[in-house]
Amino acid sequence: MNCKGVLNELSEYLDGNLEPALIEELRRHLECCDDCRVVVDTTRKTIEIYCNTEPMPLPQGIRERLERTLAKKLKRPS
Amino acid sequence: MPAHLENEVTLIAAARAGNGEAFTTLVNQYDRNIYRVALNITGKQEDAEDVLQEAFLKAYTNLDSFRGNSRFYTWLVRIAVNEALMKLRKGRRDRSVSLDEPIATDDGESMPREIEDWGDSPEQSYAKTELQAILNGAMESLEPQFRTVVVLRDVENLSTEETAELLGLSVPAVKTRLLRGRLKLRERLNKYFKRG
Ligand SMILES: [Zn+2]
Repeated sequence: MNCKGVLNELSEYLDGNLEPALIEELRRHLECCDDCRVVVDTTRKTIEIYCNTEPMPLPQGIRERLERTLAKKLKRPS
Repeated sequence: MPAHLENEVTLIAAARAGNGEAFTTLVNQYDRNIYRVALNITGKQEDAEDVLQEAFLKAYTNLDSFRGNSRFYTWLVRIAVNEALMKLRKGRRDRSVSLDEPIATDDGESMPREIEDWGDSPEQSYAKTELQAILNGAMESLEPQFRTVVVLRDVENLSTEETAELLGLSVPAVKTRLLRGRLKLRERLNKYFKRG
């Protein structure tokens, strides 16, 4: 596998959906190509960081306004 | 079934039967997530708040159509994403960006050249709010075609198939956008996270 091949398989590899034979080939390339190794590694971290973020608390007032809007609806039998 | 999901089934049943308090409990459980989806897709606080309200109103009205064969959260996310996409499309009608616009093929794309690694937990060098600002800024800077796909796949953890269905794209199109989007995000985070 060459650098272009790594790029094509990158997402499937990081998502754990790549066939074992291709994983083997990809890893062999990473052993001898620092560029690809760093890109694979930092892309994996990018995904992990986003996956692991908890949603922030809602900005001031939003929950109150939401509850008010819903309360109007909830009171009315539909 | 985990306790919180069992509890959720009970809450949904009660809400369906007209128990407003049960519905409010469900809302409070997910409003932060739904707001995040909305904000990530629309990129604007006012739009995100509208989407949040519309999504929960719609969810309440259509509670009977929730079949329980998917997670309630996934069902809510779908409603919110549809609302957010409508906003996004409306806001962009006379601009050139369209969500379903085909993106240029990959033929010219090559592996980015990168020699600087990030270290083990690069995000830990930032305080929580600072990190959040960096992550949001990077996400916002992506074009909507990429942002919507990355948000659904990597932030909300929907499957490729669910993402494709929601956005009205083919599975290969989702995969292409996901790869591009992830690489762009990586590139934008690089200056914050690289070592040294
Ligand atoms: Zn390479």
